[in-house]
Amino acid sequence: MSTSIRIRKGLDIRLKGEAEKVLVQADPAKVIAIKPTDFHGLIPKVLVKQGAKVKAGDPLFGDKYNERILFTSPVSGVVEDVVRGDKRKVLEVRVVADASIAYEDFGAGDPSTMNRETVVQKLLKSGVWPVIRQRPFDLVADPAKEPKSIFVSCFDTNPLAPDLDYIVHNHGNEFQTGLNALSKLTKGKVNIVVNSKTAAREFLDAKNVVRQTVDGPHPAGNVGVQIHHLDPISKGEQVWVAGVQDVLIIGRLFLTGKYDATRVVAITGSEAKNPKYLRTLIGTPVKDLIGPVDPHTRVVSGNALTGDRIGQDGSLGFYHTQITLLPEGDEPKFFITDGWASPGFDKFSANRSFPTWLMPSKKYALDTNQNGEPRSFVMTGQYEKVFPFDIYPVQLIKSILANDIDQMEKLGLYEVVPEDFALCEFVCTSKINSQSIVREGLDTLKKETT
Amino acid sequence: MKALRKLVDSIAPTFAKDGKLGKLHFVFDGLETFLFTPGHATVKGAHLRDSIDLKRTMSIVITAMIPCLLFGMWNVGHQHYLALGEFLGMGDGFWDKFIFGAIKVLPIVVVSYGVGLGIEFLFTTIKGHPIQEGYLVSGMLIPLVMPVDTPLWMVAVGAAFAVIIGKEVFGGTGMNILNVALTARAFLFFAYPTMMSGDKVWVNTGLEEGQQVVDGFSGATSLGYAAAGQVDKVTSMMDSFWGIEAGSIGETSVVACLIGALVLLITGIGSWRIMLSVFLGGLAMSAIFNAVGPGLGNEYMQIPMLHQLMLGSFFFGLVFMATDPVTASQTNTGKWIYGFLIGVMAILIRVVNPAYPEGMMLAILFMNVMAPLIDHYVVQANIKRRLKRTALVAA
Repeated sequence: MSTSIRIRKGLDIRLKGEAEKVLVQADPAKVIAIKPTDFHGLIPKVLVKQGAKVKAGDPLFGDKYNERILFTSPVSGVVEDVVRGDKRKVLEVRVVADASIAYEDFGAGDPSTMNRETVVQKLLKSGVWPVIRQRPFDLVADPAKEPKSIFVSCFDTNPLAPDLDYIVHNHGNEFQTGLNALSKLTKGKVNIVVNSKTAAREFLDAKNVVRQTVDGPHPAGNVGVQIHHLDPISKGEQVWVAGVQDVLIIGRLFLTGKYDATRVVAITGSEAKNPKYLRTLIGTPVKDLIGPVDPHTRVVSGNALTGDRIGQDGSLGFYHTQITLLPEGDEPKFFITDGWASPGFDKFSANRSFPTWLMPSKKYALDTNQNGEPRSFVMTGQYEKVFPFDIYPVQLIKSILANDIDQMEKLGLYEVVPEDFALCEFVCTSKINSQSIVREGLDTLKKETT
Repeated sequence: MKALRKLVDSIAPTFAKDGKLGKLHFVFDGLETFLFTPGHATVKGAHLRDSIDLKRTMSIVITAMIPCLLFGMWNVGHQHYLALGEFLGMGDGFWDKFIFGAIKVLPIVVVSYGVGLGIEFLFTTIKGHPIQEGYLVSGMLIPLVMPVDTPLWMVAVGAAFAVIIGKEVFGGTGMNILNVALTARAFLFFAYPTMMSGDKVWVNTGLEEGQQVVDGFSGATSLGYAAAGQVDKVTSMMDSFWGIEAGSIGETSVVACLIGALVLLITGIGSWRIMLSVFLGGLAMSAIFNAVGPGLGNEYMQIPMLHQLMLGSFFFGLVFMATDPVTASQTNTGKWIYGFLIGVMAILIRVVNPAYPEGMMLAILFMNVMAPLIDHYVVQANIKRRLKRTALVAA
């Protein structure tokens, strides 16, 4: 019962610096950093001390309020430091890696023959579990709950996003094993979502799942949009999601018994000197991946719309499969030559007051300037053009600003996560930070309902 | 440009919040950000942002109004010389007419901007928030909806009332319920009715010695004639289309309004839903009047549909007033309802209510008030849809 859907609302942001289809094995990282801050709402309980020896798959920290959920080391080595910030908040656990990785053995096995509890146990113990996230709220899934369905989006429409067809190529076995494991977690369907351009046999021939097709501009590849159109979340329901590379990690766990946190990462952005694909590990410092970066460049782990700014010394986030390098836009722009009144032949905009709407294939090197100051809501209908949900985005944002919990619930906050508002934030004339507003709303709603 | 930047940087500390002239911080900030889009890089959320900002948006709207302004200047002169019986041909004395009009109109524009922006800067300083660009558009709209003979002090009073009572008391740009420019006009209309309507204010007859108006000159607008039952004196459809008739400064020309509409629609800054639905609403109401008019023996009702719409300020309101995003409906469905009702009501008031020769201003203001209610019901429908689904899940 596969469905085919076409989405009309949205916007493809055309940037320079797409990764060339060359896959290079990155040098092994010397120090790996795992960041509790990658997991929203997590209160970490650190389980190792400085100087402790760990193998790949040994826990570094756990969830204070759900002790079954562990976060493990992707490498073997010695715990170098637990980096803390204000109020002793844990920012990073750093592990100095051995020259060759020694893995904890969790035992290989075919998930199809296991029961749900065995699969869950194996995922939890190895620290692979956190790759599975739950909607609503966009948090690490709670192993005690059962979702009504699971979604895996097999294409990414974010700016400069990695080509998942290319990444999954020749990894069909791992992908399928991962899907088999996921199918044990729900009585409902496991949906994999492709678009009509998807060519990888690994996706098209996947078994034990329902294949759905969603076409259209960004955010068609966002799993939240896909869920909304295929199996919407109502109050009290849960849907779980995982990325394609997450499924590969799950697959490798069951095939080899090891926590193999390998990620293929696309190095992208107009400032990337050598945009290509790198094979590396979760938590690898960017410096090790691409060498020193110009200080006037913003280093983003993830994509340009939703990624985290990690700085020159930061490391690859847990969920990220992309590094984006953008020119920092902290210079004032003179209004006629470069600012708000300039003709704007090199400015990308969803608004047709820039002549670039007549050049539909031009690509841009955009900087991180906000391009204007924050204002009250003035323009209307902008968000709706890039927000393919049956939800009123502005009204939802306003209900969050007014802290009206009843109204947030009614207007559909359960169905969205911050990344769904990334395009609204991009196009906003009034420069309103809607992603963080939505996150605030979700936090409030969670606190009120649990 | 670099020198300018240096100059700005050198005086910036004086206007910093703790500087010598710290009180004027936001005034300085308003001017600085006008010259230079600030070097604020994104802090949270999306790392990249669209190049559009409120300054560009507002300047596009102002650009869209320029045809109306220029045509209005010429028409003020043209009407003036017609009244004197000089330069009767359309092409005669173009520059005389244009310069005469400019001399009459520009002071009104200057006063409107001067008073309005002055008050905005005052509020900025008192309330300590950055200045927003809303008044740039209102400041141009106000002169365009005034009769040419409006005294400058009245323009000042109207602009002040609109900014203070129409906008700032609600919290400033983006928070107002009523269209700011129409608030100014409505205030003057009700406070000084003899100077905002009738047949004395639309054409400047400013006689010099030895001049006198031609016999039979009245100075009434087409709608004034129609309301008085003299439908035969309404200007021809062609003249209404081009805008060669008496009326408020910028409202008369349908062509100029359509050029503005084109700018707003191409850039996507004006809502096509509202423009189209106002037009359809007006058309529907005129069609109804056309149908029942002959039976009632009412000549006003029998003015052909399109001609009816081209009279008065229907098109000006449709393009520039009804589409104000702050005071219009905000949902797409709501915009259809809001616009359609404006069109219906404008024609209804104009034709049926003898107290108001033109209905556009009141129709838009009324629907401004109703817009939140319309949105409320549109959003409720969406909520009901979602609740239904939840009920299905529970069942």
